[in-house]
Amino acid sequence: MNYKLLKRTRVIISLLFVIATFSIFLDIYETFPNPVINAITWLQFTPSLLDFIQVATLASSGFIIVLIITFLMGRIYCSTICPLGIMQDVFAYIAKRRSKKKFFYKKKKPQTLLRFSILALTIISILTSFSVIVTLLDPYSNAGRFFTYLIRPVLILGNNALALVLQHWEIYTLHPVKLIMAPWFVFMLVTSFFLIIAYLSYKRGRLLCNTICPVGTLLGLLSKISWLKINFDSDKCTKCGHCIGVCKSECIDVKQLKIDHSRCVDCFNCLSICQESALSLGRINKNSVTNKASSATDHSRRNILATGIALITSQTVLADIKKKNTTTDDLIVNKKDFAVAPPGAIGIKRFNEICTGCGLCVTACPTQVLQPAVSEYGLKGFMQPHMDYGSGYCNFDCRGCTAICPTGALLPISIEEKQITQLGKAVFVKENCIVYTDGTDCGACSEHCPTKAVNMIPYEGNLLIPEVNQDICIGCGACEHPCPVNEPYKAIYVNGNAIHQAAQKPKEEESIGKPVEEDFPF
Amino acid sequence: MKRRDFIRKGVGVGLLSGAFPLFGGLDDVYGRPATGDYDLAAVRGGEPAAMFDRAIEAMGGISKYVKRGQKVLVKPNIGWDAPPERAANTNPDTVRRIVEQCKEAGASEVYVFDNTCNKWDRCYKNSGIEEMVKKAGGKMVPGNTESFYKEVTIPGAVNLKKAKVHKLVLESDVFINVPVLKHHSSTRISLAMKNLMGVVWDRKFYHSNNLNQCIADFLLFKKPDLNVIDGYNMMTKNGPRGVSVADVVNLKALIASSDIVAADAAATKMFGMQPSEIGHIQIAHDMKLGNMNLDELTISRQKIS
Repeated sequence: MNYKLLKRTRVIISLLFVIATFSIFLDIYETFPNPVINAITWLQFTPSLLDFIQVATLASSGFIIVLIITFLMGRIYCSTICPLGIMQDVFAYIAKRRSKKKFFYKKKKPQTLLRFSILALTIISILTSFSVIVTLLDPYSNAGRFFTYLIRPVLILGNNALALVLQHWEIYTLHPVKLIMAPWFVFMLVTSFFLIIAYLSYKRGRLLCNTICPVGTLLGLLSKISWLKINFDSDKCTKCGHCIGVCKSECIDVKQLKIDHSRCVDCFNCLSICQESALSLGRINKNSVTNKASSATDHSRRNILATGIALITSQTVLADIKKKNTTTDDLIVNKKDFAVAPPGAIGIKRFNEICTGCGLCVTACPTQVLQPAVSEYGLKGFMQPHMDYGSGYCNFDCRGCTAICPTGALLPISIEEKQITQLGKAVFVKENCIVYTDGTDCGACSEHCPTKAVNMIPYEGNLLIPEVNQDICIGCGACEHPCPVNEPYKAIYVNGNAIHQAAQKPKEEESIGKPVEEDFPF
Repeated sequence: MKRRDFIRKGVGVGLLSGAFPLFGGLDDVYGRPATGDYDLAAVRGGEPAAMFDRAIEAMGGISKYVKRGQKVLVKPNIGWDAPPERAANTNPDTVRRIVEQCKEAGASEVYVFDNTCNKWDRCYKNSGIEEMVKKAGGKMVPGNTESFYKEVTIPGAVNLKKAKVHKLVLESDVFINVPVLKHHSSTRISLAMKNLMGVVWDRKFYHSNNLNQCIADFLLFKKPDLNVIDGYNMMTKNGPRGVSVADVVNLKALIASSDIVAADAAATKMFGMQPSEIGHIQIAHDMKLGNMNLDELTISRQKIS
């Protein structure tokens, strides 16, 4: 077999995957149709698995394909499909190019206890629906957050600068895009994750994939028994050590002619560099030396129990943070019982249990109302998107987020369904309203309301004041966002529904304000 | 498909009715001054394009307003992500005909934009206006970020002493304001004066500083050279966004005037209200920014049958 070609193919496919994934997160001009986005995220392991647990359909069977591939050839997912893995390869590549060392990597011992503990912790957190662990550990979601909260803003800034320049020549093919930064806490956390991952991969290749990443550990378990493996031919090997020097997983032991297949990510670097053809990809034959299964599984079993108990006892920290009712200058602070979860979430609890906070819906939202939560949902919903009516409001005729969610945290709904899904209810605070405080017309809330749940009714003198009909309100925030009173004293705000309700359809009455009969009433 | 059919039908009928000789119809039943000298033109019963053709002729023809080589700004209402039949936005056919006429009059560029309420690109597209403007040779310009707006001071204004205005308003030679005639939950009715809120960046300032006064104040900074109120479809309730086509009647009206207050007064009467009931019209009239007393104006009234 031509291993150089094999490696080159792996590199090309992995670049295609990472570029495709990268592009859907950076699609600031909304050019990708939803099916394309779904196809690109189809093979992402954790989202697909979570989606499958929700709705076992063909659309969510991507992880099964990954499992089959792993059984056949090992951790191909890690080397060619995982965006975080490929990102690390880029850093490792730069490090290796800049290094003068002849042997860049050294053989290192596996962190067996640590990696299996983390895997156990992850499995337990999925079983107990404590998704914040998955959110923090899932490689795809981490890569998604880098794209969404770090790289996308840079792209938008670049786009806006270029659009501004082109404006001078009256070229409007590029247009400026509204830039909304993630809350500083999320931004700082994602930035530090990015720096840590960049540093680790720069220094130690795929160390993270083989110590922290739960997907890596799980697929590593399977690749120990995979059909095809990389093996040593002890007759041919000269123990030159070139393979060790290029092994990003630091898993080749030349002394014993062993490869730790649980850590091998199938990058094929070793195959392509071995000049004696001592390394081959194939089924185990008598000349090859295989790595015996270590006692790691026993350790992990023990750890599953330990971490499980620790986790269950620590689960009591998940209460919502509620604000107190205080008044400043006679204005009343908005009191929201619940945050507002996006359409398709069904309910906050369900949503919080599944979402991994990858940020794909945040990038897909045309009005940028979807923003990562810090404390809005409590710890359980950390970095999951919520409807932030300070930054925008939900477009009545859009259901983009529900159509592209890879985890099934947001289930696909039809536009008709979406338009009667009540995410929350508008609450009018007369004491904060301009009409009441200033005695002038305003009505910005009612103007924007798509169902006219917010209607203007006669008030003192010639004035009109808002009135809310919660039965037909869908909680889209089109009233809260344009309300000219500053947060947290909005005269109208949306109080989230813990479980989404069905709103009544607005009545289609016959026209009342008939135009005058005369052709020209003047 | 439905929307496209609707537009196509509109274009077809528009072209057809335009083909009839003007004097063959019910031209100007009141017949007073010579064509071109009217203060205000009102047309009923035609398709959007044909009604504009009639009105602009009564107002002295497009060449009275647009000279060769000039840059023209056409400002329709494109505030909402709604199809043409909902009448939340200006009729795309009216906009198309205006852009065409401007181009025929030799305009070097015809720009069209709005600072929309819903997501701007969806509004441009789903209103049908973007397609029509491009077809007619005009240029759609975004107005979605603050970078397009420049701050101006408005001397004499009561509340709106400063505003950030779209640079095209400052840079264009001719300003044609093309609102749609519709109900409005805050100001009762949305017409030419209200439509000018769409050239300003910060609408929240209006809402928190006496909306009606701010709308009138803006006229101290700039009055459009021509106002064309599209009343082909009129939203009678649930404005300014509307909920469904049940809010709309097919009024088949168009009003044109260079006096923005007069144009709004006439359209208000067609809506079934009195100009004095509309806060900003009354204020603008009192500030002598225009005349809402229609009996003091010469009006061309035409009915296309």
